[in-house]
Amino acid sequence: MALEYIGLKEINGPLVIIEGVQDVALDEMVDVVLDNGEKRLGQVVTVSKDKAVVQMFEGSTGLAEDNVVSHFTGHTMELAVSKEMLGRVFDGVGRPIDGFGEIFPEAKVDVNGSPMNPVARNYPRDFIQTGISAIDGLSTLIRGQKLPIFSGSGMPHDNLAVQIVSQATLAGGSNDDFAIVFAAMGVKHDVANYFKRSFEESGALERVVMFMNLSNDPVVERIITPRCALTAAEFLAFQHNMHVLVILTDMTSYAEALREISSSKGEIPSRKGYPGYLYSDLASLYERAGMIKNAEGSVTQIPILTMPNDDITHPIPDLTGYITEGQIVLERSLHLKGIYPPVSVLPSLSRLMKDGIGEGFTREDHPELSNQLFAAYSKVSDARALASVIGEEELSETDKQYMEFGKTFEQQFVGQKKFENRSIEKTLSMGWELLKLLPKTELDRISKEMMEKYYKE
Amino acid sequence: MFWNMVKGTIYEINGPVVKVRDVKGFSISELVKVGNEKLIGEVIGIDGESTVIQVYEATAGLKPGEPVVGEGMPLSVTLAPGIISGIFDGIERPLDIIAEKTGAFIARGVDVEQLDMEKKWDAHITVKAGDKVTGGTVIAEVQESVLIMHKAMIPPGVEGTVAEAKPDGGYTICEPIITVKTAGGELLEIPMLQKWPIRQGRPYAVRRAIEKLLVTGQRVIDTLFPIAKGGTAAIPGSFGTGKTMTQHQLAKWCDADIIVYIGCGERGNEMTQVLEDFTKLIDPKSGRPLMERTIIIANTSNMPVAAREASIYTGITFAEYYRDMGYDVAIMADSTSRWAEALREISGRLEEMPAEEGFPAYLPSRLAQFYERAGLVDNLNGSKGSVSIIGAVSPQGGDFSEPVTQNTKRFIRCFWSLDRSLAYSRHYPAIGWIASYSEYFDELESWYEQNVGEEFPKCRARFIGLLQEESDLMEIVKLIGSDVLPDSQRLTLEIARVIRVGYLQQNAFHKDDTYVPLEKQYRMMQVILHLYDEAKKLVDLSMPISRLRDTGIFEKLIAIKYDVTNDRLEKLEEYDREIDSICGQLKQEYQS
Repeated sequence: MALEYIGLKEINGPLVIIEGVQDVALDEMVDVVLDNGEKRLGQVVTVSKDKAVVQMFEGSTGLAEDNVVSHFTGHTMELAVSKEMLGRVFDGVGRPIDGFGEIFPEAKVDVNGSPMNPVARNYPRDFIQTGISAIDGLSTLIRGQKLPIFSGSGMPHDNLAVQIVSQATLAGGSNDDFAIVFAAMGVKHDVANYFKRSFEESGALERVVMFMNLSNDPVVERIITPRCALTAAEFLAFQHNMHVLVILTDMTSYAEALREISSSKGEIPSRKGYPGYLYSDLASLYERAGMIKNAEGSVTQIPILTMPNDDITHPIPDLTGYITEGQIVLERSLHLKGIYPPVSVLPSLSRLMKDGIGEGFTREDHPELSNQLFAAYSKVSDARALASVIGEEELSETDKQYMEFGKTFEQQFVGQKKFENRSIEKTLSMGWELLKLLPKTELDRISKEMMEKYYKE
Repeated sequence: MFWNMVKGTIYEINGPVVKVRDVKGFSISELVKVGNEKLIGEVIGIDGESTVIQVYEATAGLKPGEPVVGEGMPLSVTLAPGIISGIFDGIERPLDIIAEKTGAFIARGVDVEQLDMEKKWDAHITVKAGDKVTGGTVIAEVQESVLIMHKAMIPPGVEGTVAEAKPDGGYTICEPIITVKTAGGELLEIPMLQKWPIRQGRPYAVRRAIEKLLVTGQRVIDTLFPIAKGGTAAIPGSFGTGKTMTQHQLAKWCDADIIVYIGCGERGNEMTQVLEDFTKLIDPKSGRPLMERTIIIANTSNMPVAAREASIYTGITFAEYYRDMGYDVAIMADSTSRWAEALREISGRLEEMPAEEGFPAYLPSRLAQFYERAGLVDNLNGSKGSVSIIGAVSPQGGDFSEPVTQNTKRFIRCFWSLDRSLAYSRHYPAIGWIASYSEYFDELESWYEQNVGEEFPKCRARFIGLLQEESDLMEIVKLIGSDVLPDSQRLTLEIARVIRVGYLQQNAFHKDDTYVPLEKQYRMMQVILHLYDEAKKLVDLSMPISRLRDTGIFEKLIAIKYDVTNDRLEKLEEYDREIDSICGQLKQEYQS
């Protein structure tokens, strides 16, 4: 029989201190019962000989020094997992909220997971076709990758995520073993509903597991939400051999929750008040993507984050970019021009692309073509800068051609309709069409063989 | 060594930091086993009543009252045959053995030996009874991999006469192979294995001035910003600029004997890639897989933060050990910023007073201690070896004024600054030629003259001059366009373009371009400069530059890197002849 402790020593924001405790472990879960019968969940964050600091997930409102009884559960935060989770909706700490009752667990798993052994990883190489030219052609998504979308408030990142989810197919793969895990952290009700509705419309709902921590839900729960989601994803991927796509939105709210808790713990802040361990903490989430040897399944992550003030050097996008395998950056000026998806091509990148495209994966000309498109488009910005000084009329002939190329590239190649699903062949041939707008001498990234084979006058 | 085992119990746990109270006798840097699961930790602080320990594994589930046992020695690595081709975590635990024991995910408190203690190695004993030995004397040779002859040595500090030497044969690393009688008459049994504390540099006899180039086969590095054997270099760059890619290229192609690749707080998939690539890739010099000369230390970003801090030291200790055998060793540390952040994180947990951006005030001295362990030295046993360090830096927000980049700059001599705009236009390696520098070139000038070509330093100086001139001209071009420039300056722009696209840009995925021998680099420079000299004469005859451009010669030179394979360098003479014939014709036209 576990001991119960009456009363609290101190309450400070979401943290409470319980004295006189014995045999308490770090990260252990605590049930705190109020005298009105309400039960709240907490977790031990610091422990010493006779004192435990407990972080309350649902906040400390209503707690007093003498109205609670705490009970230490003897285990760390666990999630009950089962294949039945598909099609269900859970709250931020993994309790069902769709009214269909508890799930029957196949296992209970520590939500913090364990680091994947690099020796046991399988290097990801399978190309996922998203049907979006800017991604497939230039920043290809690979199964087992973590590829975030860097966006800003008011930009259509949610639409893009939905479009990726509904169009994503493997070259030659079936969709039977495909699942989506969706984690909402501090997002608005409307956004959560939009995702739910879109999953319904695409008929995918029974393959989706949703974890919802909305913007008015307790902040501390937000720390657990992505961990629950990734635990569910790992279980489906590595126990049930499914290919799981995880969408985490919005990582900015997550990081802000982390900061809030860190400051109430009185920790020394580093940049912009975020705790010094923000990198390690984000890595403990993002690194849970991947594939392992001897298992069929995979976990692919698409975290979405809104860059505060569209600033890519802000600690959240900055640290994320250092951990993830590339990024899709959305740009406001393209959005204002009415281009959807407003993917800013130059800073976008997929690190796993080099090993997952080309002959045997997409098409042999893909690496050189994408390289050339990047190089050409980066010259467009030089030409534009010059045009803004001396006027477009005064530009040299080549620069004028670059201006034209840039415009067409943005409107036709990057821009597409919200339901338009382009095959990789279509994307690549559009790329070759675009290169015709430039003089042949400018195409210095393409080898002779590829020119002869694919460049049609 | 183990008689003084101190025991205590946990008083407080805060993340990776654990405190023990009211027990005296622990010493700083002592290795301790924490809790019932015997997690590995290190003593990092002692004050009046409590001892502070950092734990190298996740501490979730640890309880106050659990035991803490001192091991009576500092955190050390085991040095013996079996390190080469291995993949270890930050405290030398073999990840492949851990995977066998606990599956795809790393569990806590796994009890594994750092190296295989059972395996018998075929040893050739190189000393006999009566020989005088001192620290560093080679006592046995073992073929560790096809490429590497491992030389077991007397540990530093031991001195005496060999009383007994075992015959050649199969020995495990802990079996004594010789007995040494010290001056005091004490008999010491010495196995192949030695332990060494990771935070302490291994001793050497004399430190020498650098004298040789570390050949990397990367044009922008070998030609413009070279690093010497025994030198230090930093690669700073914001994310996506190709730090890791550059490190991989250097690890694959540089002409060091042994590579220590430290993945410090980076991505798991990258380590997997190194492991896969290096097992498959064949070293052109030896015809063997690169893995046979590589040691990987992988402490990925989601592995415990304290072990990340230790991984850098583990790596450099390995490097020094092989240096002592007389090898040239190169360390790739990716990334030192993650290591600095690990320092910051632990410092924060200790509630130390932070200096700049939350980093502890001792960050610069720690960086200096690390980089100063590089160098070209005469070893205690008279052989000559070197340790070169190439450290990646990941500045926050791509801002090079942050503390880790700035402090690193003080202790390195070669700075490869990765430029975001080059990376955006997929110009790789994205090493910016204006902000980068190398202090080694002047010292290596005579090496280049003797080993590559007389004119090499001169060609390089002209390249740098042209690139500098281009960068100045670009300021004007940005304002008024290139059409208004005089032809002589437009020629500079054209040639600079050939240098940028045809020379500095290098394709890591092309079979010939991924590694370019110095001789080809030299000849390519000569061809490009030859065109420049000839063209300049034509421009002086007031020929418009467009005439020359229309001949396509510039494009042809840009394609040399692909069209002339590394084994057919004589083909480059055709280019010289073609330049002469094109320019000759134009010259006649304009002279008349």
